[in-house]
Amino acid sequence: MSEAVTPLNGARYEGLAIIADAGLSGMITLRGDLSSKEVKAAVKQAVGLGIPAQRQALTGQATAVLWMSPDELLLICAYDGVAETIAALEEALKGQHFLAHNVSDARAYLHVSGAGARETLAKLCPVDLAPHAFTPGMVRRTRLAQIPAAFWLEDRGVFHLICFRSVADYAFTLLKTAALPGGEVGVYR
Amino acid sequence: MSTRLATGGRLLDRSRRCDFTFNGRRMQGHPGDTLASALLANGQMMVGRSFKYHRPRGIVASGAEEPNALVGLGEGARFEPNQRATTTELFDGLTCVSQNHWPSLDFDIGAVNTAVARFLPAGFYYKMFIHPRPFWKHVYEPFIRQSAGLGRASNPGDPDRYEHFHFFCDVAVIGGGVAGLQAALTAAEAGAKVLLMEQTAHWGGRAPVDGGDIDGQPVADWIAATLARLQAMPNVTLRNRCMGAGVYDHGYALGYERVADHTPGTDAPRHRLWRIRAGQIVTATGAIERPLSFAGNDIPGVMLAGAVRDYAVDYGVSIGDRTVVVTNNDDAYRTAITLKKLGLDIPVILDARQSGGGALADEARGMGIRVESGKGIAKVKGGRRVTGVAICAQAGEGAALEEIACDAVAMSGGWSPVVHLWSHCGGKLIWDEARAHFRPDPANPPRGAQGEAFVVPAGAANGAGDLASVVADAHAAGQAAARATGHKPRGKAPEAGTSPEAAMEPVWLMPQGAGVKLRMKAWLDYQNDVKVSDVQLAAREGYESVEHAKRYTTLGMATDQGKLSNINGLAILSDALNQPIPQTGTTTFRPPYTPISFSAIAGAARGPLFQPVRKTPMHSWHEANGADFEPVGQWRRPYCYPRGEEGRVEAVAREIRQTRQSLGLLDASTLGKIIVKGPDAGRFLDMLYTNMMSTLRPGKCRYGLMCNENGFLMDDGVVARLDEDTFLCHTTTGGAEAIHGHMEDWLQCEWWDWKVYTANVTEQYAQVGVAGPNSRKVLQKLTGDDISAEALPFMGWSEITVAGIAARVFRISFAGELSFELSVPASHGRALWEALLEAGEEFGVMPYGTEAMHVMRAEKGFIMIGDETDGTVIPQDLGLDWAISKKKADYIGKRAQERSHMADPSRWKLVGLETLDGSTLPDGAYATAAGHNANGQRHVQGRVTSTYHSPTLGRGIAMGLVLHGPDRMGEVLDFPKLDGGIVKARIVDPVFYDKDGEKQNV
Repeated sequence: MSEAVTPLNGARYEGLAIIADAGLSGMITLRGDLSSKEVKAAVKQAVGLGIPAQRQALTGQATAVLWMSPDELLLICAYDGVAETIAALEEALKGQHFLAHNVSDARAYLHVSGAGARETLAKLCPVDLAPHAFTPGMVRRTRLAQIPAAFWLEDRGVFHLICFRSVADYAFTLLKTAALPGGEVGVYR
Repeated sequence: MSTRLATGGRLLDRSRRCDFTFNGRRMQGHPGDTLASALLANGQMMVGRSFKYHRPRGIVASGAEEPNALVGLGEGARFEPNQRATTTELFDGLTCVSQNHWPSLDFDIGAVNTAVARFLPAGFYYKMFIHPRPFWKHVYEPFIRQSAGLGRASNPGDPDRYEHFHFFCDVAVIGGGVAGLQAALTAAEAGAKVLLMEQTAHWGGRAPVDGGDIDGQPVADWIAATLARLQAMPNVTLRNRCMGAGVYDHGYALGYERVADHTPGTDAPRHRLWRIRAGQIVTATGAIERPLSFAGNDIPGVMLAGAVRDYAVDYGVSIGDRTVVVTNNDDAYRTAITLKKLGLDIPVILDARQSGGGALADEARGMGIRVESGKGIAKVKGGRRVTGVAICAQAGEGAALEEIACDAVAMSGGWSPVVHLWSHCGGKLIWDEARAHFRPDPANPPRGAQGEAFVVPAGAANGAGDLASVVADAHAAGQAAARATGHKPRGKAPEAGTSPEAAMEPVWLMPQGAGVKLRMKAWLDYQNDVKVSDVQLAAREGYESVEHAKRYTTLGMATDQGKLSNINGLAILSDALNQPIPQTGTTTFRPPYTPISFSAIAGAARGPLFQPVRKTPMHSWHEANGADFEPVGQWRRPYCYPRGEEGRVEAVAREIRQTRQSLGLLDASTLGKIIVKGPDAGRFLDMLYTNMMSTLRPGKCRYGLMCNENGFLMDDGVVARLDEDTFLCHTTTGGAEAIHGHMEDWLQCEWWDWKVYTANVTEQYAQVGVAGPNSRKVLQKLTGDDISAEALPFMGWSEITVAGIAARVFRISFAGELSFELSVPASHGRALWEALLEAGEEFGVMPYGTEAMHVMRAEKGFIMIGDETDGTVIPQDLGLDWAISKKKADYIGKRAQERSHMADPSRWKLVGLETLDGSTLPDGAYATAAGHNANGQRHVQGRVTSTYHSPTLGRGIAMGLVLHGPDRMGEVLDFPKLDGGIVKARIVDPVFYDKDGEKQNV
């Protein structure tokens, strides 16, 4: 089997924020009745986490569950563990109406970190990124300038950002431009 | 002569010098200067010429309202026209040029217009250029184009960077004067998150110039102390050089921050557009002084009284040695007093009020200044510079009582609140009779979704007069905004000293009985050359609506949008129409408040970031191998892969020959791929597609058509059934997102009880079309799985491993050859592509682009969404009746297709077209029929939808829609060409190649 290649192939930029390819990650779209005990149990079994509340993300050891819509979650796991995780979901949800699909390769996945991370994102996304407004554990589906994107904030201050694979170059260049030195806005304190 | 005074200039850093040039002349100023104050300090009063008559124009104001002092700023790629000198901060190395003159500012040919001004009245253009009609194109238009526009266009290649910033707050305060500072403080102390924006580099507005006390301390000290308090508050964001440009629905506002205009060449972005969501917006935008309308009020040296005072106090600049002050209110006396204290001469103060002024007038008299009540200016003397004024009685017709020599005139017609931002989103105005101005109507504010007010005016922008009422009003505004955003305001307004003033008296024309000769020299709009006489003429000619009069006369239509002229103009119009001013009303205030750069609006969206470009996993290979790309939606797809000296045509022919004869590869990753899953998935797809999908067996594929509710064909593609509950729907490249949205629309809004989930997995997979007689052979080299015709028949699919990569393989064909479409995880797409190239080497494998794909599908008579369809075509038009289920009770579009027009046998139908001479038909060409229609155009009976040169057949082939086409096989149609001549083409079957499909089904 050939080596899987991310669209950004390890790209990294350090400016006001650090923009970095987050590497390969397993991602599974799960659609179903998020209030059902079956879905809850299936998610618990598959990635060891509960069902996040609206616009929230739950993070575990190398796994995460992101709220995407009232009937959709995004499950994060190891890239090589996707088939196994989907199999576990399908087993647990047998007889239920649901959809679980691998989307690991459909995405570009970036980390945005450093002192200017919030300002960098606030230049591109119509989201209140003030520290008191966007707190760890939140996830937001939004737009990054002209493309759809989603990001969530981890406890240690790293923003995880995903967008479609085809626009990886656009997203990276955009984030890099927003993080160019000299562009400090200086509003978050 | 304007000049720099020996002392003063509170904003200047006199210890440092800035060198700059104006029209190539070297000049000096100081940090803290605006370009306008620096020009005045260098004696440069005249800075441009007006638009229509090319009259000499001098600086008239000191802020955003300036109509005259527009310059071309910068050089080369940084050159920008129409930059206001009064709002341009001076920096070392600034270069600028004046505008609208030829050959020079001092000697201008266009000024001849002023001599014939009486022949260029309002509406001149409309009246003159209509006759004789042919003159418009050949004489008038070229002439008008030559003379139109102020300044030169900027040059391409702007080297600077621009960006947006999204900001959220409870209260956004626009304007950093005393009112803005106080409103921000009150709201912030109540706990609200506050953004305070000030358009200039300095806080406090004009209060330091006018003086006064707040809380027992001089206003300048209070400003510094308040600013320090705000800076210390964590819930406050302060932004100077940031103009509140517009107020929009739902508390959305735009801030225009000029980050680096004053420090060009640094690594900071030049402009930043703040996109603000605020719970409440406080407009503390101050007031603008109005000019007085007297003859010669446009001669350089005539300036707003407040501006004269600003230049003296802020920049240590005197406009002239002898300044006549003319006013209808007390405020202008401050200018006289200020100048007198600086040792300058005030020959006379002309107060149009019969009763004269109040305490300030007494103070002026006490300083020995001559004050004349009930007097005005009959006319200003001078050409390029004021030399004197003729005094008259305001009540009379302008008979000169006396001539007074002077070199400057400071005028004040009263102050108009800046109501622009209040008005942007629907705030209404009321006419304040006593103060003769429009101010925000508290009963009719801009309202949000719940009917709540979301804009609060504060201070002078709300019509408040003296410092005490400004501060009190701003405090109240801050409280209101805080309360509306769920905070509890505390504290009371600071006390400010009051200075009793005598009431102003509106003066719309000076003298009030001025004859036509004077009115023709009394300017309302300096930039567009609109005079009192023009507005009166418009009224006589029936322009009763202020909006119509504005457009007819061009009053207020210049780059300053009538900041000085609107109120005076509509007062003149009201008088001419014999109606009160509120009945005339104002023209509409629209954002932005002053012009903002297009670059700021574009933000990062330029150059490589102008638009997202979608790239497949194989994109970098295509780039490295010389692909000639074409846009398909936001994707870039290889059109062809030219080799060496090859042109597009040769490359496409080569790719087609290779594929038909042996083996070709197509990057088909852009095809839409949507998973549809659930117990009701089959039922759902039966509704979405015109044909039956629920009967498809797992492991099989079926081509399907999708129509919209009106029956028109909107997308097509192959559906594969993955398992009992799951389908994979392929869409066109451009249709993926729209079709996914279409599916969700029906599922969420109509059939919300159906058990179906969808997921757009377009980008999860890289897809490669492997086509040609050798395609099975090459795949067999890379897989151990059985892909024989028996195991994997035409229109079947299975899961196999290719080159070590897990893949789905679909036996579908768009090229008409034996072909396989391989679908692998996108992360392995490039690896698969290269493995296929390597394995295919022995077959001479070549990648082929979208054009080869198009030609090959046309050879097979396959339709293409967007070529054969254009939103008005139904499947029946295309002979696709075989793909329309007769058994189904319903599908989206079925009902529409039964309507009489849709079932009309005279709808044009798809046929093949074969030119008699073998040439290629022009794309989109029409087949003519006998006779002409009512417009004298030829009747038509068909049109070309796809046309190509077929290298396989060695001649042109085409498809087209033709009246009764399928019944007319063999008939020859005429297709006129754009450049003359006719191409004759025979109606034939649309399948040109391998009619029985033997090649794809092996």
